[in-house]
Amino acid sequence: MSERLDLKAKLGLDVFKPALEPHIKIKQGMEKDPRLKPAIRACPAGLYSENDKGEVVITTDGCLECGTCRLVCGTEILDWNYPPGGTGVQYRFG
Amino acid sequence: MDKFDVIIVGAGLAGLGAAYTLAGNGFEVLVLERGDYPGAKNMTGGRLYLNPVRNLFPDLFENAPLERFITNEGISIMAKDRSVTLNYSGNELRDEPHQSYSILRSKFDRWLSERVEEKGVAILSKIRVDDVIKDNGKIVGVLAGADELRADVVLACDGVLSLVSEKAGLRSPEGPGSFALGIKEVISLESGVINERFNLDGDEGAARLFVGEVTRGKFGGGFLYTNKDSVSLGIVVGIEDAAEDRLPIEVPALVDAFKERLEIAPLIRGGITAEYSAHIIPEGGFRTMRNLYGNGILVAGDAAGLALNIGFTVRGMEFALASGHFAAQTIMKAKQTRNFDVPTLSMYRRLLEDSFVLKDLRNFQETPAVIGNPRFFSHYPELIGAIMKDVYSVPAGPKERLYPTIRKHLTLSELWALFIDMKGVMKI
Repeated sequence: MSERLDLKAKLGLDVFKPALEPHIKIKQGMEKDPRLKPAIRACPAGLYSENDKGEVVITTDGCLECGTCRLVCGTEILDWNYPPGGTGVQYRFG
Repeated sequence: MDKFDVIIVGAGLAGLGAAYTLAGNGFEVLVLERGDYPGAKNMTGGRLYLNPVRNLFPDLFENAPLERFITNEGISIMAKDRSVTLNYSGNELRDEPHQSYSILRSKFDRWLSERVEEKGVAILSKIRVDDVIKDNGKIVGVLAGADELRADVVLACDGVLSLVSEKAGLRSPEGPGSFALGIKEVISLESGVINERFNLDGDEGAARLFVGEVTRGKFGGGFLYTNKDSVSLGIVVGIEDAAEDRLPIEVPALVDAFKERLEIAPLIRGGITAEYSAHIIPEGGFRTMRNLYGNGILVAGDAAGLALNIGFTVRGMEFALASGHFAAQTIMKAKQTRNFDVPTLSMYRRLLEDSFVLKDLRNFQETPAVIGNPRFFSHYPELIGAIMKDVYSVPAGPKERLYPTIRKHLTLSELWALFIDMKGVMKI
């Protein structure tokens, strides 16, 4: 096998250009909505997690902009957009 | 404020295919791309079938940054503890013109964008389109930040989610039903090492698909494509399976488990992962094709859901190139009458119907339902593996005759279930 990398290390290989604001937000008051849970397992970058208050939180740093969370959680609970032009992941191989 | 003839949203294969076709015909074309450069947001598993699109883009691909032409095809049925592999190679795959190539999209799209720019088309990168401009129900342009950009017609080539189609009212936000998630690692390896490990010569390439345990018995599979000096390796899973707890582990961990399989590990030993990427794939085929056009707008490529997975071949990129080409043809025709309304733009659908794009999607429209059969991903891999295990085994004592060995697995109820499943397969 090739070297074993955890998810953070894999994302560390990619080129990301920072944006000023997160491009995906959980709508206020929706943090405990059960429809957020599937994103914890499905997000290929592992950006969703549950905190000790039972709320789902997201970090958008490392987002691969695939859209999986938009499909599984829906736009009722996520404010979902692509990051502004020239920011976010920039694939060199693709 | 300048007005363009055509604004193309997205410099992927659909958008660039359209721009290339439109170029040199006196049109003012503007391509908007949200990435740092065309290709920055795009990824593929890996392989482009060129045969269907060569005639649409004569001579274009001769100097393209294609990685390897595929001469070795393999499909592995993976059970938990064993696998059965079918390999195919043939002189026809070595003859020119080669049928398919492994590619890396950031390189390929960037190269194609340069060919488009050479023909006089303006491509603006780092621009995200935020909305469409409507006038009396007609799309007359796009909003990008504070900029209002107007055009006779907008071509939405903005990928699988197509937020532009949503803003234009051509589709609504969707659930996970007809989509899969692809995750890939590009793993650097010396080209000589690749050639040795995959039994290749020069620029020959291998394509391998894996079904069964790699997605824990659910829809999808693993893939491996050889590039010049890297391999593209990853998995595809149904997004519903990923979301609804039907997979025992988190989705990213499936890639690691795949890499650790004995069938894979030796092939990538010593390789260094260079990039990690993910993308959504439209899997519904003809039945989930999206609206192709509206008043003042056309939709092409993944944005229109133009992709086709029939198990052995997984295609999308040539549909994007071709649909972009036919959208451009439609626009050129519509320009003659200066009319971009729905009846005029319906020519796009007819052009697609007359081409491989909708002929293939239509012919294979039963495929998503058939290959969605979970037995293909769990039951059969274990069954086939178990039969092979017994056929090949030489025990300490006497070996059972072959026919009873196999019949032990293929009970009457098993044969009946197989018959039913094969009836489904006959629809493909």
